[in-house]
Amino acid sequence: MSDLLKPEELYKTDNRPPRTDWMDTPTEIRKGIACYAGNPKSLEYVGFPNARQWSCFDEDWQLPENWQEIIHEGFKERLEKFRSFKVFMDICVRCGACADKCHFFIGTGDPKNMPVLRAELLRSIYRNDFTKAGKILGRLGGARPMTLDVLREWWYYMFQCSECRRCSVFCPYGIDTAEITMMGRELLNLLGLNIDWVATPVANCYRTGNHLGIQPHAFKDMLEFFQEDIEEITGVLVEPQYNKVGADILFITPSGDVFADPGTYTCMGYMMLFHYLKEKYGFDVTWSTYASEGGNFGFFTSHEMMKRLNAKMYAEAKRLKVKWILGGECGHMWRVINQYMDTMNGPADFLEEPVSPITGTKFENAKSTKMVHIAEFTADLIKHGKLELDKSRNANLNVTFHDSCNPARGMGLLDEPRYVIQNVVDKFYEMPANTIREQTFCCGSGSGLNAGEDMELRMAGGLPRANAVKAVHESKGVNTLATICAIDRAALPDLMSYWVPEVEVYGVHEMVANALIMPGEKERDTDLRGEPLAGMEDADE
Amino acid sequence: MNVKYMYSLLAVIVLFLVSYVLAGTGTAFKVLFGIILPYAALLTFIIGFISRIMNWGRSAVPFRITTTCGQQKSLPWIKPNAIDNPFSKGAVVVRMFLEIVLFRSLFRNTRLKMKVGPKIYYQLEIFLWAGALAFHYAFLTVLLRHLRFFTEPVPLPVRLLETVDSFFRLEVLYDVSQFGLPGVYISGLVLLAAVIYLFLRRILIPNVKYISLAADFFPLFLIFGIAFTGILMRYVAKIDVIAAKELTMGLVTFHPTIPEGLASIFYVHVFFVSILLAYFPFSKLMHLGGIFFSPTRNMPADTRATRHINPWNYPVHVHTYEEYEDEFREKMIDAGLPVVKQPVEAPPEETEEKE
Ligand code: HEM
Ligand code: SF4
Ligand code: SF4
Repeated sequence: MSDLLKPEELYKTDNRPPRTDWMDTPTEIRKGIACYAGNPKSLEYVGFPNARQWSCFDEDWQLPENWQEIIHEGFKERLEKFRSFKVFMDICVRCGACADKCHFFIGTGDPKNMPVLRAELLRSIYRNDFTKAGKILGRLGGARPMTLDVLREWWYYMFQCSECRRCSVFCPYGIDTAEITMMGRELLNLLGLNIDWVATPVANCYRTGNHLGIQPHAFKDMLEFFQEDIEEITGVLVEPQYNKVGADILFITPSGDVFADPGTYTCMGYMMLFHYLKEKYGFDVTWSTYASEGGNFGFFTSHEMMKRLNAKMYAEAKRLKVKWILGGECGHMWRVINQYMDTMNGPADFLEEPVSPITGTKFENAKSTKMVHIAEFTADLIKHGKLELDKSRNANLNVTFHDSCNPARGMGLLDEPRYVIQNVVDKFYEMPANTIREQTFCCGSGSGLNAGEDMELRMAGGLPRANAVKAVHESKGVNTLATICAIDRAALPDLMSYWVPEVEVYGVHEMVANALIMPGEKERDTDLRGEPLAGMEDADE
Repeated sequence: MNVKYMYSLLAVIVLFLVSYVLAGTGTAFKVLFGIILPYAALLTFIIGFISRIMNWGRSAVPFRITTTCGQQKSLPWIKPNAIDNPFSKGAVVVRMFLEIVLFRSLFRNTRLKMKVGPKIYYQLEIFLWAGALAFHYAFLTVLLRHLRFFTEPVPLPVRLLETVDSFFRLEVLYDVSQFGLPGVYISGLVLLAAVIYLFLRRILIPNVKYISLAADFFPLFLIFGIAFTGILMRYVAKIDVIAAKELTMGLVTFHPTIPEGLASIFYVHVFFVSILLAYFPFSKLMHLGGIFFSPTRNMPADTRATRHINPWNYPVHVHTYEEYEDEFREKMIDAGLPVVKQPVEAPPEETEEKE
């Protein structure tokens, strides 16, 4: 990371393509952009094919003998299984509307990061292998045969797409390059070509239930640390329940929040909220160590792996005999829950249609999947006046909100978190219109790209987001970037310190917990981070 | 330098010359260009189009992957964006209708501007939207107007369309045998202008030029050729329209004839249209059908409320709770976490440990 370019070196205002045609421009796999190969042990653990020690910087990728056939057959199978794939291969007119919508293109200026070209990398092979026009016209029709160079190119660019779907918003036909990337990654995975930041979390989630491989006792330890911190700050001892059979509700959140700052403060926020609700209204919620990961790294490698990991949520809900499931703040976790879970692992007929036990609100929009987003849940509590909140405790925070890609474009969860934020802080400002809501920009590190070795890519990809934060930082004095995603909480602090150093990253429920007046609490003089509250700066240490 | 458009330009010029010269040589080629190729092209179009659609239809739709472009329907007091985040089939129909009729997604288009600072701006960019809309509506109008050549008597809507579309028209009464000074059709000129615009942006905007294939230029030149020969016939060469209609009516009634006195340029026009028809199903022009099949647009975003069925959903290996507990049971017990099974044949030392 020491050789990471300085922001002024990374920023290029001239994104004009090179003079050679893209098919004639060889791919040079660069350090700082590419991620390390998946650990073979991780691949083996979940039974992925062709596990081996290799590196994308090597000449020899140690591919299986018949790799071209594997790709061809895999391609064919997926064309039949996914209409999206086939239609998207066929109908792009190359109008270029999507071209400058991708944060990776904006940041790197690499033309193959234009969504349309990223898709053409696969489309050119599709035309060659599966269409008459491609076979007849060849290169004139945009077809080319599958070669090692093409495979390298696939690897390089399929892992420079964070599956954010921003391109799909602007395409006149809704072509979703994220979908194409998912297919590309599935095909690469057939050859054992995976990145470690996907493969190892997948294996960990499979084994221990969470991506960091935290074992059950350690998971509980972590929450016990938070209990101590919370008690110190508020004087209240919160007591989370674990793996409790017969609880009303199962709570699942990304494990990143259990493990790394600043997500940990969001996790403390959940614990405090649940304690508050338990004291006041008898709310009965349990955590699970088995289903201790909301995030789904399988989503970043194959539909099958996504299903295998996601299965734990319903399995655990069934085992614990809960009524419904509450999900924490996470991005891609919610795309999976919202658009895949019920289809893959449902029907959830052993659960009840979710009703808030506190307000009686029926979550009609979740009546089949039976999983409710915590922003929906908390917004409903606030609307019904069920939370006692003291906004002044967040008076130091001058907040803007980053819509995470998946809740925005795979769900439409836009106003719920805003409502919650505006009820717990006074100063809230939106970033420029073209960078929020359905047009939001990715943090640059989504879909498993949140590694250390591809820092240049991440900082470049996060540039449009950072630039929008900078705009409100400069015009409104914003110092807080609120998110509802664990990957954001892991990735955005790096991004902010690179581009807009004065801005801190917060989870929404951290801010809720700061404001929440707990029954029996002492007078608080710090926030959850141990920073003095507004007006308490002179208070004793 | 990339000169991809040269291949397509050359192809269209060659097609022009070949058909122009050959059509002048005698009846045999007139039969080819005026009868055989149009029939063959139409057949190719119909069969090709249907088989492409059926081919898409055969692929499964395993997941409901709507791209949501607005607030979801959730709590009753939060206003959902019914069109961009459609919750019902009806809303999807509205969304699709607006996509198809107004190119709504394209209307969102922005243009990136990066300035030193770093500062990034996104400007509204409606030229592509306006150009594409002009292009498609002009094309549609021209197409519908041509129904006049394939119907007898000409239906009222077609005649009305002509009236709306034309200006500077001298005669007021429609009369098959008397054209007088022809009215100028706006659609033809707009089509030509829009095609030129689409071509220019393809070679002038660096990114668009970079992504363009030779095959992307071909339909543009071809449509240019169609519009150009059409306009030529109407305003310059002034071909014999009665004869033209005799030929086209012959085609529709399956009594094809080659009337006397039709200039070669007419055969070129018909040849170009035939090529476009035959080329259509094998090319990106299939976006006409494809947009109806686009899973990110044509499905409601209500997966959490109504279960979507994946026809090929298959059972997978999962790591069950039992396997998990088997691996971590001791540690769980030590940590005070509930377990389902107590260690069965626990060796005595271990039991001691647990005190
Ligand atoms: C049904 C809804 C349709 C939509 C939403 C649509 C949209 C578009 C858009 C956005 C473009 C991009 C312009 C460009 O390439 O620069 C385009 C191109 C084109 N469309 Fe359509 N179209 C539709 C139907 C049709 C139909 C019925 C035709 C019949 C001829 C057609 C023919 C073309 C052609 C030839 C191009 C190529 C322009 C080029 O290559 O630049 N489209 N269409
Ligand atoms: S916006 Fe859609 S049709 Fe246009 S180039 Fe991109 S993917 Fe192709
Ligand atoms: S999904 Fe996002 S990252 Fe991928 S190509 Fe589209 S805009 Fe770029």
